[in-house]
Amino acid sequence: MNLLGKIKPGWGLLPVAVFLAVWEAASRLDLIPGQFFFPPFSVVMQEFYHLIVNGVLVDSFLSSLIRVLIGFCAGSIAGLVFGTLMGWKEVLNKAFSPIISLLYPIPALGWLPLLMLWIGINELLPIAIIFICSFFPICYSTASGIRSVDSNFVQAARTLGASDLRILTTVVLPLALPAIFTGLRLESGMAWRVIVAAEMVAIPTGIGALLMRAESLIRIDIIIVCLMVLSLMCFSFERFFICLERKLTRRWG
Amino acid sequence: MPAIELRNIRNFACRGVDLEVISGELLVLLGPNGAGKTTLLNVIAGLVEYEGSVLFDGVPVDGLPPQRRGVGYLFQNLVLFPHLNVASNIAYGLRARGWPRERVKARVEELLELMRIKHLASRYPRHLSGGEKQRVALARALAPSPKILLLDEPLSSLDLQTSKYLRSELKRLQRELGITTLYVTHELAEAEEMADRLAILLDGRIEQAGRPKEVFFCPANEKVAAFIGAPNILECDSFRSLGHGLVEVSCGGLSIVVPHEGDSVQKIALLPRDIYVSPTKPPGPEVNRFKGVISDINATPMSVRMTIEAGGKRLLAEMPPHIFESMGLKVGQEVFLILKLRRIKVYENEAGE
Repeated sequence: MNLLGKIKPGWGLLPVAVFLAVWEAASRLDLIPGQFFFPPFSVVMQEFYHLIVNGVLVDSFLSSLIRVLIGFCAGSIAGLVFGTLMGWKEVLNKAFSPIISLLYPIPALGWLPLLMLWIGINELLPIAIIFICSFFPICYSTASGIRSVDSNFVQAARTLGASDLRILTTVVLPLALPAIFTGLRLESGMAWRVIVAAEMVAIPTGIGALLMRAESLIRIDIIIVCLMVLSLMCFSFERFFICLERKLTRRWG
Repeated sequence: MPAIELRNIRNFACRGVDLEVISGELLVLLGPNGAGKTTLLNVIAGLVEYEGSVLFDGVPVDGLPPQRRGVGYLFQNLVLFPHLNVASNIAYGLRARGWPRERVKARVEELLELMRIKHLASRYPRHLSGGEKQRVALARALAPSPKILLLDEPLSSLDLQTSKYLRSELKRLQRELGITTLYVTHELAEAEEMADRLAILLDGRIEQAGRPKEVFFCPANEKVAAFIGAPNILECDSFRSLGHGLVEVSCGGLSIVVPHEGDSVQKIALLPRDIYVSPTKPPGPEVNRFKGVISDINATPMSVRMTIEAGGKRLLAEMPPHIFESMGLKVGQEVFLILKLRRIKVYENEAGE
């Protein structure tokens, strides 16, 4: 995935470059008292390099990434399937939407204490948290996306002789794609926000745990490196879904 | 046996509709907005709930879902699938029926050819003009070769020029395919041009069904007459051909020139808005011009209708309120009338029809 190719290089990167230059300068010129608490950009990048070479960052990153990928994929697939059923069959919608709308507003981290006791502290815990954080919103946005497809399209397809299943797969789902992708995109970023919080609180490995260890050692440079990694991951996950959606709906959207 | 028969159809919009559509004919369902025209099409297609019975070729289809009624339906807003290109839109009904790939391809080609939209095959609906969308939607409805075609105000969203052109093309196509067609519109002129027969739907009821001329010259009741514009209908005593497609007829004390080729004129009709009224004598030749006296004025915010006695006949004329006021017409006043020649409709003897 070419992340930057989509932005016009000069214009998109210019503000970032200016920001980094100001940062470097402010730190080097001691504009802010205490260089120790405010390392310059170049020092942070050096540390970035070190952390990659000695494997700490890579290990932490990979364990977070795997949790996010498994949890998010499982949660969104389950959300898509369940949301599709709810959006398509009024009976299921009537039965489940009250429950979903009660569970949906609970912040994903609110589940953490409960899951810690139910599951215990192991690899399943962060995955379960990410699953919950993806499932409800995606289920919700898929169901409402499907329900908002103009019923005229369904009627037209029916007069043309299409079965219900065929209408769902060839008309309703494609037309609901924009709504579905909005959900996927937002939640893919959210998954990263949640995993870090979960790792900071309860799980001893991953980027979040690295952040907490850096805090206790007062390693500001490492903290900033972690934040940069997180920023990049949120950005590229959301970007991935934007590009995928464009690819799928470009010709007609 | 009628191709479509409706027996006592009732639901939220229909209040006991009985109607027969003869095989191969184009029946225009004419009525104002909100009369239940679209609902009636939806009943036939099986898209809404109803009481009563729908029969195709004498066989009740009430138990069949829309998928199995085999009706081609052109929706008012067309509903082309935006995510499919033109060819795939047309192919949709064929693929749904499980046709093999080659047959689908051949049939789509055939329809692109028939509707003259070959060059649009790979375009997406949002890149089509109104008229092009219309053709694609019609091609899609016709693709599975339905026995019955339902057209819901197919031309109402188009500009006048395109609409006129498509109208004649639609009519030709319908004749060629011999497909039983129900055509919904709220425009009288369009209805008269298209219809083999006409059914007037007012307030959820069929008030009259018949050939356009029958409906126009013999409205079944006051409601139908009002809907078609309360035409002045005059019985003709004698007629004389003037050549050049003109005939002079005499109706009581009025001798009127009408555009007509043929040998018998029984009645003529003219809508109130096609009678020009003036307090002063207009310049020009003395053809279809009469003197009369206003005997009654009926003003509404939309229009003013005047009853005028002329040559022993009573004529209804209509004009917009602002013109009426600028002329300052009163009851009992003497006025000059012009009957607009080209707007006069002619009803021949039964034999001549």
